[in-house]
Amino acid sequence: MTFHITVDGRSVPVVPGQTIGAALHAAGVRSWRSTRFGGRPRGLFCGIGVCFDCLISVNGRAPERACLLEAAPGDEVTTS
Amino acid sequence: MTYDLVVIGGGPAGVAGALTAARAGLRVALVDSGARLGGQYFRHSAVPGAEPGLGRFLRQGRALGERADVLLRHQAWSAAREPDGTLVVHCVTRSSSAPGGGAGERTVAVRARRLLIATGAYDRPLPFPGWDLPGVLTAGGAQALLKGSGVVAGRRIVVSGTGPFLLPVACGLAGAGARVLGVFEAGVGLGLVRQPLLALDKAGEAVRYAVGLARHRVPYRTRQAVVAAHGEREVEAVTVARLDKAWNVLATRVVECDTVAAGYGFVPQIELGTQLGCETRHDVDGSPVLSVDAAQRTTVPGVWAAGEPTGVGGWRLSELEGRIAGLAIVAGHGTAPRTAPAPSTDAAAGPRGDLTTARAPAPGGDPAAAAGRPGEQEMPGEPEVPGELEMPGELEMPGEPGEPGVPVVPGVLVRRRARWRAFGEALQRAYPVEPGWQGWLRDDTLVCRCEEVPLARVREAQDLGATDARSVKLLARPGMGWCQGRICGYAVSCLAGEPPRPPRRPIAQPVTLGALSESGEASDRAPADDPPPHPNPRRSS
Ligand SMILES: Cc1cc2nc3c(=O)[nH]c(=O)nc-3n(C[C@H](O)[C@H](O)[C@H](O)COP(=O)(O)OP(=O)(O)OC[C@H]3O[C@@H](n4cnc5c(N)ncnc54)[C@H](O)[C@@H]3O)c2cc1C
Ligand code: FES
Repeated sequence: MTFHITVDGRSVPVVPGQTIGAALHAAGVRSWRSTRFGGRPRGLFCGIGVCFDCLISVNGRAPERACLLEAAPGDEVTTS
Repeated sequence: MTYDLVVIGGGPAGVAGALTAARAGLRVALVDSGARLGGQYFRHSAVPGAEPGLGRFLRQGRALGERADVLLRHQAWSAAREPDGTLVVHCVTRSSSAPGGGAGERTVAVRARRLLIATGAYDRPLPFPGWDLPGVLTAGGAQALLKGSGVVAGRRIVVSGTGPFLLPVACGLAGAGARVLGVFEAGVGLGLVRQPLLALDKAGEAVRYAVGLARHRVPYRTRQAVVAAHGEREVEAVTVARLDKAWNVLATRVVECDTVAAGYGFVPQIELGTQLGCETRHDVDGSPVLSVDAAQRTTVPGVWAAGEPTGVGGWRLSELEGRIAGLAIVAGHGTAPRTAPAPSTDAAAGPRGDLTTARAPAPGGDPAAAAGRPGEQEMPGEPEVPGELEMPGELEMPGEPGEPGVPVVPGVLVRRRARWRAFGEALQRAYPVEPGWQGWLRDDTLVCRCEEVPLARVREAQDLGATDARSVKLLARPGMGWCQGRICGYAVSCLAGEPPRPPRRPIAQPVTLGALSESGEASDRAPADDPPPHPNPRRSS
């Protein structure tokens, strides 16, 4: 049932229906961007699309909220 | 095409309202930003488990899908009225797998004669040193991760905050295999068995949670809270403090953990209503909520609200309000939306005469079905309010259009709503946020996570003469980032010493400039009957 996405080239398993944010968090990747000023690590916080902490670029697209975006087979994400 | 009703929000309130109206024959669209119906309480994974009540909700969701256009993954960012009176909800949606470059965002305008706002609420966090470390989540965030994606937020988890919601969160995490090191309830200096929640609980849910915590040996400590999180790249430990009545720190200890789930109540999501000019009031806990009358009407003609935007009181209250709004909308269908608003600013004012004067459902609908599923209603009891509607069956009497006096909402629903509302308000009263938390902050503690504004800069702005939250925001810029002050707004108004104000966000959600300009063009060329996409071909006409 599970499929895979890649995170910085590393393969991460996904259960269908999981969000990108959930798949990363489950795989132990708990931060995937740095803040503009302090360079602080950020990952999931509110989990429901309110805080925008979890912004991530998938397949080279403009940043989206990882907690809302369902993962699709073959998605490639890069952390910073 | 113009719908009879557009509902924003697919939680218990929105689905109940939409289904009630659709069953009566109205053309209904429901938009939700999520990938599945459910809202927060009925959030479920792609392969749903057997949570209590979920089966019934899923059946309702399927029934709705057969009778209405359900637009999932549609985020509403603006609601407005067009010159001819039509209400238009602007949504942004994503065409999946858009090639590289833009996010593939596309705007969709949904037009309707009536609007039901059922947008729920989000967690109300309080800042503390280290609260921006990865691994610190809101309590609802941990719950959403578990319910929606089946992911347990961590291995060693500390749950902290105030309010009854901490119990299901801790139970869920412990039941899913996490080691929950403790539930630290900042308020109420009583043990678990003497919590107001247990005394007030009408459905016995809290008792189940109490038993669940005991079974997993999760300690429940009152007058204690996480006051700092520590770690380099993510949280590795927290400081748990014993608090006095005002939440000042009395003593501390360090607890090693990898995850924190913290929450201090909820913030009702009302900006689509305030955009339209709906009046607000302050709920018992000070949160701005939309004012509604006994029929769930806001002060703006044609606009209804149900569920948490009118006050937080649990999913049962949300569902009841949605159903009542649906019945009232059905009854008013075919009439022009009322132009003289006469809302009650006091939600507890109870049923009023106007519930009895709306017209019967539109011909061709199924008014009996609108009353809910057979056998679901309690038998009517003694009237609580003179003249209150009693017989659920009264809904089945179709009136001649234009004839006043046809009852539309069974008294039993009105009474149940009053009981659950009283329950919600009692809980808000029992778990207030006390001011001592401000002493947990250090100068360098971020108050605003988006713009990275530390406490020192807020204090600086105050020294410069910023006396209220708005001027603090202008000078120090908390709340000016991506989340538009949703996360820090409550804390900033507390720091400024004032109750939170209703949001003034011209757009409810950040949208890309591309999407914005595209929507401008769309409304230039699109006439009022520009059809939204129809995922359900049966309804396209
Ligand atoms: C993160 C979180 C988790 C929760 N978990 C629980 C729990 O496990 N148990 C419990 O008893 N209570 C829980 N609650 C409390 C819960 O909110 C209520 O019990 C119940 O879900 C309220 O129902 P509702 O219909 O009023 O709102 P909701 O269930 O919140 O439904 C609102 C819906 O509106 C949608 N929406 C909001 N704004 C927009 C927009 N602009 N455009 C499109 N769609 C929009 C949302 O996606 C959501 O689906 C939780 C609350 C939060 C914030
Ligand atoms: S975690 Fe808050 S928006 Fe995604």
